[in-house]
Parts: sequence; C-alpha cells; structure tokens
Amino acid sequence: MKVKPVPVILAILAAVTALVYASRPDKALSVLFISKDYLLEMVSILPPILVLCGLFDAWVPKQTIERLMGEASGARGASIALILGTVAMGPLYAAFPIGKSLLEKGASLYNVAVFLCVWASIKIPMILFEMKFLGAEFALLRLALTIPAILVISGLMKLVGARSVFHEAK
Amino acid sequence: MFIAVIWGVAAAGLLLSWTKSRKKTRAAIRFFRRSLLSLAPSIVAIIWTIGFILTFLPPGLILKTIGRDAGFQGVIMAAAFGSVVLIPAFIAFPLAASFLRQGADVRAIAAFVTTLVMVGVITAPLEVKFFGKRFTFWRNSLSFVFALVIAFVMGVFLR
Repeated sequence: MKVKPVPVILAILAAVTALVYASRPDKALSVLFISKDYLLEMVSILPPILVLCGLFDAWVPKQTIERLMGEASGARGASIALILGTVAMGPLYAAFPIGKSLLEKGASLYNVAVFLCVWASIKIPMILFEMKFLGAEFALLRLALTIPAILVISGLMKLVGARSVFHEAK
Repeated sequence: MFIAVIWGVAAAGLLLSWTKSRKKTRAAIRFFRRSLLSLAPSIVAIIWTIGFILTFLPPGLILKTIGRDAGFQGVIMAAAFGSVVLIPAFIAFPLAASFLRQGADVRAIAAFVTTLVMVGVITAPLEVKFFGKRFTFWRNSLSFVFALVIAFVMGVFLR
C-alpha cells in the first residue's frame, strides 16, 4: 500500500471528536464511552484468537488442511466448514484471522466463504434466542433459507474468483 | 463465559506447545505479535466510528423508515441499517422483537436480522485486511442481496 489511510482516518476521528466536544461535551463523551465498551469487548476476544491462529500456523501442516478442506475436498470439505462455523462462538471479526489461516493452509475459497458466512449467521444458542424473541416459525424459516443461501453465495464467490485480490493483498 | 473459555484454551495451547517445541511456540508468538500490531490501528478506527453512529442515530427515525407502510423501500432500509450497525445478537433480537410489536414489517425485520449478522460495512476494512477488497466486496454484497431474497420469501409465508 502506498498511502496509509488508517492514521489519516484516526486523525479525522480525533479532530471531529474534539470539535463535537467543543459544542456538545455530553455527545463527545458518549462517543468515547461507547467506543470504550466495544474496545474492551474486542480486547477480550482478539488476543486469544490470534494466539490460537499462531499455534495453528506453527503446528498444523499445510497438507492436512489441503486434504480436508482444499479444492478437491468436495462435500466433505464443505461439511467441515459448516460444522467449524456452527460450533465456534464469537463475533464475525474473530473469524477473519481463522479464515485467513485456513486459506493460507490451502483450504478452498468456497469452503472458507462457507465457514465465514456460517460463523456469522448460524449459532445454536443464537437460534434459541431468536426463537424466544421472534418466534419459532420466524427463526426456523430464516434458518432453513439461510443455509442454501450461504451455499449459493459461496458458489458465486468462487465463480467470480474473489480470491484474486487476496494474493495481491499479501 | 465464552471469553474465559477462549483465554483458557489459548493459554493451555501455548503451554502445551512450549513443552513440545520452543521453536514452534516462538514462531506462534511472532505470528500473534505481527497480526496484533497490524490490526490495532484499524480496530481503533472502526470502534471509534461505531461510537459516533450509536451516539447520533435517533431511534424514532429507524422505526418510521421500516414500518409496514414503508413497503419495499422499508425492507431495503432495514437491510441497509442491519449492514451498517454492529450490535450483538442478544441486544438485536429483543430490539427486533420490539420493532415488530410496534408495527414493523416482518420482511423488514427478517432483512435487518440477516444483514446484521452477515453483512458488515463497518468491519469491512478489517475484512479487506485479511481477504482483500474483492473477496470482501463480493461476500458482503451477495449476502445483502440474499438477505433481501430471504426476507421476501419469509414475507410470503409469514403474512
């Protein structure tokens, strides 16, 4: 990358916060307090996830993942991705480093896309929660539609070759 | 609970790894440090933005835009809203239920819940860092389109 946008964005955020503070200190403090809550949440989740990714990177041989979840892994690979995504807990951004580790170890784009989408949307405790608040009919119908949707989305991503820039980005 | 488990598993893994091979454990720690340092600035920027959005977004406006009279446009707005905000499911479901009781369109609620979990505009910069722009663009935009499809199919059954 030639320009580094993140420091610029941080500077803009700091400037806007200072401006807001000048006219509405309560709003600026609310921004900072909400941010603090989210920061604490991320700080409590990301470090152990990254440690586990580091261990995965150091210990699991590439051939294993290639065999289990690579291009030729077929329905079994997709099932593994589905199960991995369902049993895991945590927000989607926690799945990013894990998905990337899987890609680097030779898992297919299709399987990683399935893994990410399933991680995001299908969690057993979350389904129970949804049933409680929005009704069993609503939750189960949404689940029944989400699973085929994920398989189609991942298939389309493979079709458009969404991986190409993944190599550029490295 | 989840947090305690994940820290425990990571610590146990590190310890086990250290007794088996110091070299590999050092490599794992280097991997950890490298990824944490490269992620930290983006994470702070994303979180700060969330702080602004949640502070300045008026809740009454949300309900008006996704009500039953809003129709197709309301469903799109709900899907867009779900794509932009980042709220945990245990807050989102009760919130969605209260919108539904107050007269929101069931399709809008389905679209909101689906994009909320599957589409992340705010976390997109982070996703780009891991998977590149193209992957992020396609995963999020396809998820958005399919959230609308899911919402309309649900509308047919739940009306």
